[in-house]
Amino acid sequence: MAFVMDHLLSWILFTPALAAVVMLFFPKDKVKFHRWFAFAASLIPLALSIVLWVKFDPSQTGFQFQEQAAWFTAVHSAYHLGVDGISLTMVLLTTLLTSAALLASFSITERVQTYMVLFLLMETGMLGVFMALDMVFFYVFWEVSLIPMFFLILQWGSEKGVRYWRLGKRGEAKERTYAAFKFLLYTMVGSFGLLIAIFLIGSKVGSYDIVTMFHKWPTLSGSIFGLPISTIKALAFWGFVIAFAVKVPVWPFHTWLPDAHTAAPTPGSMILAGVMLKLGAYGFLRFVLPLYPVQAKYYAGALAFLAMMSIVMGAFASYGQTDFKRLVAYSSVNHMGFVILGIAAAAFLAGSDPTSAAAALNGAVLQMFNHGLSAAGMFFLVGVLYERAHTRDLNAFGGLWPLLPIYGGILVFTSMASLGLPGLNGFVSEFLVVRGAFPAFMFLTTLSMLGLLFTGAYILKGLKHVLQGPLNTKWVGHLTDMSVREIVVIAPLMVLMLWIGVWPMWILGVINKAAMHLLALL
Amino acid sequence: MPTTTLLWLLPVFPLVAFGLIVLFANRNRALSHTLALGAAFLSWSGAMAIFVWALHIGPEELAKHPVHSVVKWLPIGDTYLKLGVMLDPLTAVVLFFVAWTIFMIFLYSIGYHNYGQPEGDHDQPGLPPHGATVIDEHGHKHKVPSIEPMYSRFFAYVALFAFGMYTLVVSDNLLTLFVGWEIMGLCSYLLIGFWFAKPSARAAGIKAFMTTRVGDVFMLLGIGLLYFATGTLSFTDIFNPKMLHALGSAPSGVLGLSVAGLIGVLLFIGTVGKSAQWPLHVWLPDAMEGPTPVSAMIHAATMVSAGVYMVIRMFPLLKVGTENSAFFPPLAVMAFIGAFTALFAATIAVAQNDIKRVLAYSTISQLGYMVAALGAGSYVAASFHLVTHAFFKALLFLGSGSVIHGMEHGVLHTGEHLDPQDMFNMGGLAKKMPITFWTFLIGGFALSGFPVLTAGFWSKDEILSSSFFGGHPVVFWTLAIAALFTAFYTMRQITLTFLGEPRTPAAEHAQETPWTMTVPLMVLAFFALTFGWTGIPEHFPIIGGILPTWFQEWVGATYKFIPGIFEEHVGHSLLPLYTSLTVSLGGLFLGWWVYKDIKSSDPATDPLKKWLGPFHTLLQNKYYFDEIYDLFLVKPAYWFAETFTFKWIDRGIIDGILHFAARATYDTGRFLAYAVDLPIVSGTGDLIGNIVRTFGRAFRVVQTGKVQDYMVAVMTSVVAFGALVYYLLVVVH
Repeated sequence: MAFVMDHLLSWILFTPALAAVVMLFFPKDKVKFHRWFAFAASLIPLALSIVLWVKFDPSQTGFQFQEQAAWFTAVHSAYHLGVDGISLTMVLLTTLLTSAALLASFSITERVQTYMVLFLLMETGMLGVFMALDMVFFYVFWEVSLIPMFFLILQWGSEKGVRYWRLGKRGEAKERTYAAFKFLLYTMVGSFGLLIAIFLIGSKVGSYDIVTMFHKWPTLSGSIFGLPISTIKALAFWGFVIAFAVKVPVWPFHTWLPDAHTAAPTPGSMILAGVMLKLGAYGFLRFVLPLYPVQAKYYAGALAFLAMMSIVMGAFASYGQTDFKRLVAYSSVNHMGFVILGIAAAAFLAGSDPTSAAAALNGAVLQMFNHGLSAAGMFFLVGVLYERAHTRDLNAFGGLWPLLPIYGGILVFTSMASLGLPGLNGFVSEFLVVRGAFPAFMFLTTLSMLGLLFTGAYILKGLKHVLQGPLNTKWVGHLTDMSVREIVVIAPLMVLMLWIGVWPMWILGVINKAAMHLLALL
Repeated sequence: MPTTTLLWLLPVFPLVAFGLIVLFANRNRALSHTLALGAAFLSWSGAMAIFVWALHIGPEELAKHPVHSVVKWLPIGDTYLKLGVMLDPLTAVVLFFVAWTIFMIFLYSIGYHNYGQPEGDHDQPGLPPHGATVIDEHGHKHKVPSIEPMYSRFFAYVALFAFGMYTLVVSDNLLTLFVGWEIMGLCSYLLIGFWFAKPSARAAGIKAFMTTRVGDVFMLLGIGLLYFATGTLSFTDIFNPKMLHALGSAPSGVLGLSVAGLIGVLLFIGTVGKSAQWPLHVWLPDAMEGPTPVSAMIHAATMVSAGVYMVIRMFPLLKVGTENSAFFPPLAVMAFIGAFTALFAATIAVAQNDIKRVLAYSTISQLGYMVAALGAGSYVAASFHLVTHAFFKALLFLGSGSVIHGMEHGVLHTGEHLDPQDMFNMGGLAKKMPITFWTFLIGGFALSGFPVLTAGFWSKDEILSSSFFGGHPVVFWTLAIAALFTAFYTMRQITLTFLGEPRTPAAEHAQETPWTMTVPLMVLAFFALTFGWTGIPEHFPIIGGILPTWFQEWVGATYKFIPGIFEEHVGHSLLPLYTSLTVSLGGLFLGWWVYKDIKSSDPATDPLKKWLGPFHTLLQNKYYFDEIYDLFLVKPAYWFAETFTFKWIDRGIIDGILHFAARATYDTGRFLAYAVDLPIVSGTGDLIGNIVRTFGRAFRVVQTGKVQDYMVAVMTSVVAFGALVYYLLVVVH
């Protein structure tokens, strides 16, 4: 047991990958085995991350549970893991949502083994991003998480519909092919700058270690390749910002998101919205803020503007949809805008108004967690309906509540969490962000409230077309209410939504300390 | 039990009931309503215990030292946001009417949803019950009302609603108040759209939610700003005189308002939404799509009152915010919006024929009175009318529900297809439904301000006199005219509904409703009469001073100890009183006189229609606000969402750029492949190969494989070579 406890992070990180490798040795046609094995395997990191949460000492600042080992010594890159309150929250979110998504994956029937292996590899990739304290290591996992998702969309995605990226037959692509490539190429092109930035500054510092970097960064001097260090820093800043902005995504880099989310299989969408978007926001928190406090403050207004556009345009675009899944997909743009608004406000106010900055940052991190819960929940519920009805067209439903009473109740609950109803989780984080951002960007925050208004509009639009109205009799006898398995998938998410909404202390206590530590670096 | 514990528990009872019904009792009707009613009873008992305890403590003591209990809710940097419960004189009074109305309406709902009746023949969840066929002992078939298919769900929703309202009332801070506020908003949406399969109910629910949300987002901004400016959301901390002074003197930089002024205006926009004030009033009339107990509870007594309660609660801030604000100071805005709404809605009510819609516009109008009273600076008058209105308007709504219920009974009996809510289809119900009639009459007279007897007279008089003596003549006269309209449409309603002879066979067969519905009517009627006597002004001619002016002292004490907030305007002019008497009695008489002889169930015979002509059409269509909003706000918003944002910006421009990049990359690749790589790089390589091959081909013929050919070739070569050598060596040398 001590062996596990001493290397808790490594265990959490590699159990899924290990399980994936083990699965390869079993025959393909044991579908049931693969499902249960993958799900059971994902429960181990979940259980361990709960242990991690309990053992984590929120009163301490800095990284805990650190592990360090020589890795890529030629470039001074090391195997270095560690968590603070921010990454811990994200680790818990990842392990929780992966388990939920794997349980939701029981409805996948094609090439189950490959699917489950990819899914578990993806979990390791995402966890690595949150745990890495070495930039090269970070980058490796950043890319590792990308590839399985690409295949999940490409192979198991929605086959319906075509998209044209140029005129004529040559530009025609299946919806899922189009989405998978758009997702992969966009993120990779975005990440290219990240890679260069990491190498530039890492070679100058002489280490890729993040903790060392925080320490040495402000006193760097000299030049690389004949360029003064300030230029290098500025270049690296944009490398970071673009990579993370694409991943979050910040308006106007967001159009890959609705396509990828809509085309992905249901569990893929849950992870994509629930965890992957947070990778980008996490990058802002881990690198952009502490390394670039001055630039971050200088560009905070611009970032807040883009955040406002994400909130407002995301809400409007969502309201304009007739495809239920795309409506939910656009809601992610809307909700992640609040994360960015909080980050921008924190960057802007860090020195002058620490309380507002702390409110904004707490709000941003909590919003990441909350959006993970509600977006995963909403995508799952869309999937439940899609599996039964084989359509996502809002106009094809109508009045389904009497047919699906349990589903209806759960959909209303989750929708309300997504809408930000006080008493549920989303409200707490949005309130904190608004509280933090208002003193910094009064006008932009006010405009963002318009987005909040239309958040209501699109949520109610979804409920209106699915549950309410005259019963569309074509569904009578064809739709069954949620199964026990499906209820088990969403129940933990609902419990957390309510718990955070009513009593956010348990999670904000952890986040707050890390946020204060982060602000102290600025 | 300590008072603080009890305060914490008040909202918990209904919440527990909600959870239990949803999880365990959703198939058991009796258990569902027992849980809900039991929770309402427990909260009611708790509220009464607290009220009695507060009476014992006394207003001044309670105002100076409110009962207060807080917990740390969330950390922000080095500080904590603390939330808690509080009891001061205002809370005590509000708790009193909230507890009574909620409890009575829960009881009423049992009868209203036809508990004990058989299940309907073709009823389905999401639609109102259509009636069931029963066969009596003589073998005759009868159509009788059937039980609501979603009976349990209704009680779950209303229990959740009660949780929201109690939370709002006991909050010691704006954040939990907002939590209760929004949860009520959700319940309002769910309950207006309770019969969600009806497109009209569905649309009304969404309209209510969205319209109030317009106000809510501004309110949330105000809360955020207040929290930023003060570092606290607790009422007692904000109302600290130093804090108020600081907020009132700091400029906000927006529209010349002080910080307090800006916060005040933002918060008030929340009230405009929640209390359905112009220009966000449009949702409340449509909200009548919900079951009638919902209209009574949410859209008359509690939720819409909560909007007014919030501004009464924040009155010190609003008042301070008015002092140093150049344009649009909060109280002036409120005086204008309130008075305008009071008159505007009253004129619409005159031309409505649906019994519930009249009451809906009347509610908007009466809430306008309270807002205007607050704008005129009298939080006591506003609170007084808040309480009396809650009683008599809940009574009127429940009465109208009873009437509709009686009419539905008649409709089922006769099998007619007519609207049981249209007042022109009624008439003469006084004899059929005596309890409903007398209680409705009391409620109607209270609404009209019938002198001395009814509660509405005293609270309305308080508003009129405080605006008159407080120096707001425009507000006073506007409200006085609105009062004339109020009395007129009320008597029109009573006359059309209850007096005269039945105008349809359904009305002929209307029946009094069961005790679960009539008992709440009688209880509320009691308060609609007596509650006003708690606030008879001392200077009132003849009867003034006989009873203590309890209400004024009690609620007045709430903010008496904050300097500069409490004002009392006492004058000796009898003009406000005479005005009040004239408009009330005059309006009642006119309403009776105009409508006493209506014989036809055709609404076109309305005498007002003849006299007012096109103006009547304008009123009947509510000044076309719905159409205007639809044309200028709803439709453009949808166009902006679907066409502009999605199709043009995202799919057109952004994806266009991306696709262009993709095409450019792809075409560059093809260019490199077919125009560079293929002809030049591969071309050069191919050329060399081709040359070799060509030569190879050309010389291939030599390789015949025959020894003889090779012999010949060798011989020829030897001869030729020999000749060449010979030539070079011999001939040349």
